[in-house]
Amino acid sequence: MSRDQDTPRRSWRPPAELVLPCTVAAVVLLGWEGTVRLTRNDLFPGPWEVVLGIVELIRKGLLLKYIVASLFRVTWGFFLAILVGVPLGLFLGWFRPAYQAFNPLIQILRPISPIAWIPLAILWFGVSDAAPVFLIFLSSVFPITVSATAAVQNLQPVYLRAASNFELGRMRLFRRVILPATLPQILTGIRIALGIAWLVVVAAEMIAVNSGLGYLIIDARNAGKRYDLVVAGMVVIGLIGLALDLVVRRLERFDEVSWGYGNR
Amino acid sequence: MKDLPWPFLREPATKLCTAQCSIGTSSHHTTTMGSPTADPREIGPLAISVRDLWMSYPSQRQGELTHVLERVNLEVREGEFVCIVGPSGCGKTTLLNIIGGFLRASRGEVLVEGEPVDGPDRRRIFIFQEGGVFPWLTVRENIGFGLDRIPRSERDGVIRHYVEMVGLSGFERSYPRELSGGMRQRVEIARALAANPEILYMDEPFGALDYITRFKMRDDLVRIWEAERKTILFVTHDIDEAVQLAGRVLVMSRRPATIQEDVDIDLPRPRDLNSAAYLQRREQIFAAMGMSPHGGIVRE
Repeated sequence: MSRDQDTPRRSWRPPAELVLPCTVAAVVLLGWEGTVRLTRNDLFPGPWEVVLGIVELIRKGLLLKYIVASLFRVTWGFFLAILVGVPLGLFLGWFRPAYQAFNPLIQILRPISPIAWIPLAILWFGVSDAAPVFLIFLSSVFPITVSATAAVQNLQPVYLRAASNFELGRMRLFRRVILPATLPQILTGIRIALGIAWLVVVAAEMIAVNSGLGYLIIDARNAGKRYDLVVAGMVVIGLIGLALDLVVRRLERFDEVSWGYGNR
Repeated sequence: MKDLPWPFLREPATKLCTAQCSIGTSSHHTTTMGSPTADPREIGPLAISVRDLWMSYPSQRQGELTHVLERVNLEVREGEFVCIVGPSGCGKTTLLNIIGGFLRASRGEVLVEGEPVDGPDRRRIFIFQEGGVFPWLTVRENIGFGLDRIPRSERDGVIRHYVEMVGLSGFERSYPRELSGGMRQRVEIARALAANPEILYMDEPFGALDYITRFKMRDDLVRIWEAERKTILFVTHDIDEAVQLAGRVLVMSRRPATIQEDVDIDLPRPRDLNSAAYLQRREQIFAAMGMSPHGGIVRE
């Protein structure tokens, strides 16, 4: 064995999970800038103009205001969906007749895009915060319900048998077995729902309200073809979506649920 | 050590008869009913009594019934360690599930402690082959699962006692997924014992473990049984396991299954697995199952 292999090297190397995505980002930005220059397009902004656009939004105090407005709607719609979807899903999963009765209705409502509900939302709630909140609720309540239902139906029978062996009453059975056993799968449903909710809030704000990141995009286009601000809005939406996903992924590391995700 | 609920059983019943039984091979009964009155086992009152049990369920084909159990009779005395062996798929687990109250028989009677069984009961805890511990609870939380009816102040002491008994000290705060398969089964055994049941039903509890772990688990189970003197009804398809563990082995036939032989394993524990007496009991069970320990199936 050569001495070279034995001595550990002291030099620091950046980890691949940092190098690879940064490389891709650099290539994309360069390609973007190059394309804009080659085509001499006046309307479509380059990366630097987008950065300036973001700075402009921050200076005017609009960016924070719109982010807060969008997050506010998502929070309301999303938590309402959890409040309704989790109990409903657990109920449908546990009581077979209820599942048989309501599942077809859910399966019909579920594939309707929340965007299709926009006219009805405006009709019922007017141009107010309630309309996008309703749309976000609609978009996230189904994935949450369906995942909670499936979680109960997929419960390992051995857990229920062990629980019945210890003669747990209904409340204890629910609190000590059913809820903890289904929590990992419910949390996965919640993560999917949050992604959808964020997609929908932007779409809803394009039509139903006059604030928020969706509104920013549509307004920047309508009020003077400010495509730098349009793309700036898109970038901010993407970054916040990523941040939301990271937050929920953090939750998946808690001991209460991490047992349910295999060896990650 | 804790006070034994059955002090008169402190001396294993099997020891009393070793002298008498080692003389000949006449110690086993081929009856499917209880044991003859002269049997020294009978110093314990009856714990489980199964009378004329039949079990069938609808088969894949419409309108037909699959007969699983036919005319099963058995008796287990308090403090006894009884193994049920039989070919796989013969209905051993079904039988144990009926006795445990998880399944209802088509016909017949199951009395436990003199009462008909009508569902699972916390005085009789079932130990599953695999996956019975709750993965969202730590070792100590799992073991404390059945302790909701004893005062909070006593729980820690009970949990500690059984953690030590099954040899899991130092792992109290671990989650099941951080443990090996054998350790998880230890958690389940401790969880069952902590609830202080009268009877343990064990359904191939070591079936998913590797050979060496299984060996160690059997030793420990015998040690625990000698300390706790719970009645144990243990289902396995492993003849060696049955002969190593049990005071009595019930051999089931093929489907529709019945108890076809009742073999006393009247040998002191820990058992010498090479002794003539041990090998003779083992051979007897092989023969009852229509096999020869020297290879091959003698009887179909």
